[in-house]
Amino acid sequence: MTKLKPWISLSGIGVFAVLLLVIAPLVLSDHWLNNVGKYCCWAIAAVGIGFAWGRGGMLVMGQGVFFALGAYSMAMHLTLETAGDQVPGFMVLYDPLAPLPAFWEPFRSTGFTLLAIVLLPVVVAGILGYALFKRRVKGAYFAILTQALAVALATLISSTIRETGGDTGLSDFKYFFGFVLNDPANKVMVYSIAAALLIVCLLAVWQFYRSRFGELLVATRDAEERVRFLGYDPANVKLVAFVVSALMASIGGAMFVPIVGIITPAEIGAAASILMIAGVALGGRASLFGPALGAMAVGWGQSSLGSTWPDGWTYVLGLLFIVVILFLPQGLSSLPARFAALRRRPTVQPTPAIAAAQLEEVRS
Amino acid sequence: MTAASLVVTDLRVEFSGFVAVGGVSFDAHPGEVRFLIGPNGAGKTTCIDAITGLTRGTGSARLGEQELLGKQVHKIVRLGVGRTFQTASIFDELTVLQNLDIAAGLHRSSVSLLRARRGIDPSIERAVDETGLAGELATQAGILSHGQKQWLEIAMLLVQDAKVLLLDEPVAGMSHDERTATGELLQRIAAERIVLVVEHDMDFMRRFATRVTVLHQGKVLSQGTVAEVQADPKVQEVYLGTAGAATTAAMAVVPEPVAETLKLTED
Repeated sequence: MTKLKPWISLSGIGVFAVLLLVIAPLVLSDHWLNNVGKYCCWAIAAVGIGFAWGRGGMLVMGQGVFFALGAYSMAMHLTLETAGDQVPGFMVLYDPLAPLPAFWEPFRSTGFTLLAIVLLPVVVAGILGYALFKRRVKGAYFAILTQALAVALATLISSTIRETGGDTGLSDFKYFFGFVLNDPANKVMVYSIAAALLIVCLLAVWQFYRSRFGELLVATRDAEERVRFLGYDPANVKLVAFVVSALMASIGGAMFVPIVGIITPAEIGAAASILMIAGVALGGRASLFGPALGAMAVGWGQSSLGSTWPDGWTYVLGLLFIVVILFLPQGLSSLPARFAALRRRPTVQPTPAIAAAQLEEVRS
Repeated sequence: MTAASLVVTDLRVEFSGFVAVGGVSFDAHPGEVRFLIGPNGAGKTTCIDAITGLTRGTGSARLGEQELLGKQVHKIVRLGVGRTFQTASIFDELTVLQNLDIAAGLHRSSVSLLRARRGIDPSIERAVDETGLAGELATQAGILSHGQKQWLEIAMLLVQDAKVLLLDEPVAGMSHDERTATGELLQRIAAERIVLVVEHDMDFMRRFATRVTVLHQGKVLSQGTVAEVQADPKVQEVYLGTAGAATTAAMAVVPEPVAETLKLTED
């Protein structure tokens, strides 16, 4: 039974992969496929948040920072690709004679861009995490600090219109590594890359959860001092989880750019970072599928309800958030397990670990 | 077994002016169950905290050639010093096996952490046999009985292959039978390791201690075998209070297990 569980959730990922990569392109219109692609990007970041927050206990409120690192790396490359030999259009607007800023130059290279998407978040999260965790910064202080960073980065980008496009952001990308972005076939390809990356991230987290590291991470979340007395440095354990989650946010951000076609500070600031958290909390932060499905649900709500009833959507989301936190602290993904527990033993409350495991059973 | 001894020399711990431990010296060797006793506030737990790096202390605490004071907590653990806490601190949401596996991970490479557990470490099997938890491997640690939780903590130290076990009130809240089982377990463990027990329970101390150090107000009041300590008038005076004579008489009623203990350790 216990040995079977990981394989059950693995087949769950398989089903999810078939849905996203085979069924969705067949049945969905171009417009909706593009939307699902966008949700996939948020879901990738959410999977990382679930890892760091749900399993590692670090409330990462500033994942927008890492989302931005990936997104702007990609956006700068695509902007340069579109502009060709010329300086990007928005720069000329402010100063026709100005040269390309030095930090843009390396992003002409495909290899550098891809490397930056992976290495920038790893380096930044590595340094930041090392400094914070070694000094035992945790809880609300950690959350506020990461949130503040997201605000700071968004403000920085807003205020550097000439270098980064400011509030208008970067947009109007024509090519994606040589492919014409307007071509419907290429759009399906870009979508498929995002969906495949989401599956890869789920697989990575699945392996993490069943590994000894996963157990150690939960142990660190629940009793950091005790872990210290087992001879581990909890700072290192948390650092790994934080870096992995930052990397996932960056990958999500990078794919967001070609799919949505624009990146602005609004997509990475405090509100965006909190929205990422909200999806994870709704879905169930400690479960495998909860964060991804929660993020996709919030994304879907935003583009369906949010476009027809923009004022109401915020309230609906807020209300949903309150209801879930009050009655389902482990997120919507704990619902099936709750029902199952209710039917069997009305008084027993499932613990997160059990709830997650049971959910995985129910899903398969 | 010629393993290293734990030698504490002139250990001092101050909390912003208040001297919690003022120059304590004692040593503990493999083969003996060493007890650290004293009234509340005597500095027993603080001594352990200082040795394990949880609080800052001055003086010296050596394990063999290694100085422990001034090192980080997890590095001291890696040198072979393990401890338990007054309240059982196991990972309630993980199973017994997972708890032990994490403890065993101390000696694993970081890369192997990324793999899932396959099978059970021989060290874990030995530890659960020793502590009587063999049937509970798949049990969630949170629902173990109080006594079993304490044994799980000791088993974790065994899996960790700690050379020194510092146990903070291991039998608090246990039933009489559980205490006996714990005491016998400690005697078995002590054959190859240093076991230092902080305890309030005098009956338990008398039955299982090989040597005793009595602390009072941060200083060593008396050291020696149970009989020697019991006979020390200073101990009778401060530790047993004004009713010293009567209590000493009560203490002397249980000499038999002590004799057994000594015989056991001689073997």
